[in-house]
Amino acid sequence: MKPSISTEQTGYQKNHLRKTCLALLGGLLLLLFAMTASVMGGASDISVKTLWEAVTQYDAGKSQHLIIMDLRLPRVVTGAMVGASLAVAGAMMQAMTKNPLADSGLMGLNAGAVFSLSVCFAFYPGLGYQEMMWAAFAGAALGAGMVTGASGMRGGTNESGRIVLAGAAVSALLTAFSQGIGLHFNVSQKVMFWTTGGTAGANWQQIKGVSPWIAAGLIGAFLLARSISLLSLGQETAKGLGVNTGAVNAVCSCLVLILAGTAVSIAGGIGFVGLMVPHIVRYFVGVDYRSILPVSAIFGAALVVAADLGARLVNPPFETPLGAVIALLGGPFFLYLACSQRRRNV
Amino acid sequence: MNSMKELVKTDRGRRLARTHGVVVILCGILLFTLLVSMNTGQIRLSPFDTLRTLFGGGSGKENLVLFQFRLPRIVISILVGAGLSISGRIIQAVLGNSLADPGLLGIHAGAGFAVTMYVLFLGTQSFLSVFTMPFIAMAGGGVTSFFIYILAYARRREASPVRLILVGVALQAGLTALTTVTVVRLDETQYNFVAAWQAGTIWGANWNYVMALLPWIFILGFYVWSKALVLDVLSLGEEVAGGLGISVSRQRIFLLSSAVALAGSCVAVSGGIGFVGLIAPHLAAKLVGSRHQILLPVCALTGSVLVLAADTVGRTIVQPSELPAGLVTAVIGAPYFLYLLRKRRN
Repeated sequence: MKPSISTEQTGYQKNHLRKTCLALLGGLLLLLFAMTASVMGGASDISVKTLWEAVTQYDAGKSQHLIIMDLRLPRVVTGAMVGASLAVAGAMMQAMTKNPLADSGLMGLNAGAVFSLSVCFAFYPGLGYQEMMWAAFAGAALGAGMVTGASGMRGGTNESGRIVLAGAAVSALLTAFSQGIGLHFNVSQKVMFWTTGGTAGANWQQIKGVSPWIAAGLIGAFLLARSISLLSLGQETAKGLGVNTGAVNAVCSCLVLILAGTAVSIAGGIGFVGLMVPHIVRYFVGVDYRSILPVSAIFGAALVVAADLGARLVNPPFETPLGAVIALLGGPFFLYLACSQRRRNV
Repeated sequence: MNSMKELVKTDRGRRLARTHGVVVILCGILLFTLLVSMNTGQIRLSPFDTLRTLFGGGSGKENLVLFQFRLPRIVISILVGAGLSISGRIIQAVLGNSLADPGLLGIHAGAGFAVTMYVLFLGTQSFLSVFTMPFIAMAGGGVTSFFIYILAYARRREASPVRLILVGVALQAGLTALTTVTVVRLDETQYNFVAAWQAGTIWGANWNYVMALLPWIFILGFYVWSKALVLDVLSLGEEVAGGLGISVSRQRIFLLSSAVALAGSCVAVSGGIGFVGLIAPHLAAKLVGSRHQILLPVCALTGSVLVLAADTVGRTIVQPSELPAGLVTAVIGAPYFLYLLRKRRN
């Protein structure tokens, strides 16, 4: 019997690996396509040839090359980084809390980060990217702490709705504070920008500042993927299978805060990426987080880059807030999840 | 037997006295808030000046400030507070869901979407549009509540309170995003208008809006009040109500429609002021118990006090700009909502 089981397993594993590779490849193609389209589309149209020239033989004298290198590319790269971090953070939160509705926007992390950024704008206007990032980490932690504290529970599928409601209330509260601060200290433009989310302010210097953090967060998540898979079976089960749940939870929470906080510090509060992407990815690659996390990163990046292009094209020359464009997809998706979940629970 | 009767009598007498006391005190608070509200703002009027102006002895400037700017705004705050509070109470009683609030259920967002579209494409200038606005808002709110009904109550299965609000939160997220995406094609001032609207500013502060809102609040308010006994019975639960000879589904539809209409007409002039429909009825029920004959008027009073106070605070604390009343109510309402969520669990 034994050999047949093992061949079955390897068969399953092979199949699974093939699916993951296909999803990764598809995601990468999608991302590449979205990035190319996003660099080319916008107020001034740019051909593929010019893009290729700008990347291979950059000429600072040509205005189109300047547009590509200084305006379009930073945006696209920022979008990709933000999308990857938010999607991976969302996937980790869903695994840790066993809550299919977990998302950094819905659980108060984004609102918390925006709140602490508004405090920074008001009281310490001259802060650099690094300091802003630390503030965003602290704020995300504050938001997450308030939501878990207020809902007073750790996961369980029955509680997922309750946590999201606590998240909605905490977000309402923190957003009210942020806007109050914005109005009182005359920084409401900035607060508004960070509340709605967007990549219009992207530049290379900022990207340099945050990319080590995002890279660290993503790599840390990929390394922990095996334990995260076990956590997604439930805290008790994971403990029974020999996972040091306390340590893994602590490290994962830190990684989530780093990823979500960094994303908010460069692009503002963009919700629903962490909710939608892992669900879509699970549909393709199954429940193993060793596949879910990397594929989510790629899909998340592609989603945000595409949405950013959409935000510019909906209504040129104005920019639609990126957060709103994604929420346009995310709202119905959330609705669908909330309703289908009800059916499963009842 | 006799002593029993006396006991009931004195008990009833005590309750009546208590109700009278509550009403008198609430009226006192409302009057006080009213005076404070009339005195606050860019141009300060002392209480004495205010009274003098009210009785016709003011200078031209004082008249202008008081009668054209402050009073309409105050009257609208009072009406909106009463309307939202009664609407919230109806929804809570009819659905047996103590967490319900027209804002949390997404009715505000739906009405808001309709109003925003109307204002942006047809303008607010014409006299007629002021009076058609409540209809537009009601239509928007009505369509949204129809969706909530479909999504949360499909297949004749009762949704749990949390699930129902979850659907509302999701709808709200989608509708808000839709509004934002649609309005970006408009210029800066219109965009600011929508942003302020979403945060809940008493913006329609002139007598035309008062005239547009007043009949709705009065007609619907009295209609609902005349149904106080029905509400009493409905809040006992569907089965009991049916057993007591009430056509449950018909009365439910009438009452919920009036709740949506009340909320819609309020939202048309005030923007989405959240949490009032949650806090004010709860407060009123704490004060006078749950008999709707008494509860509904007291709800109207607590709601009025709440919105008027929120608007006054919002105008005062961040001078020279102003904080939307909706943000102030969120600061009080969100923690209370969290408290309710937590309490329900234990």
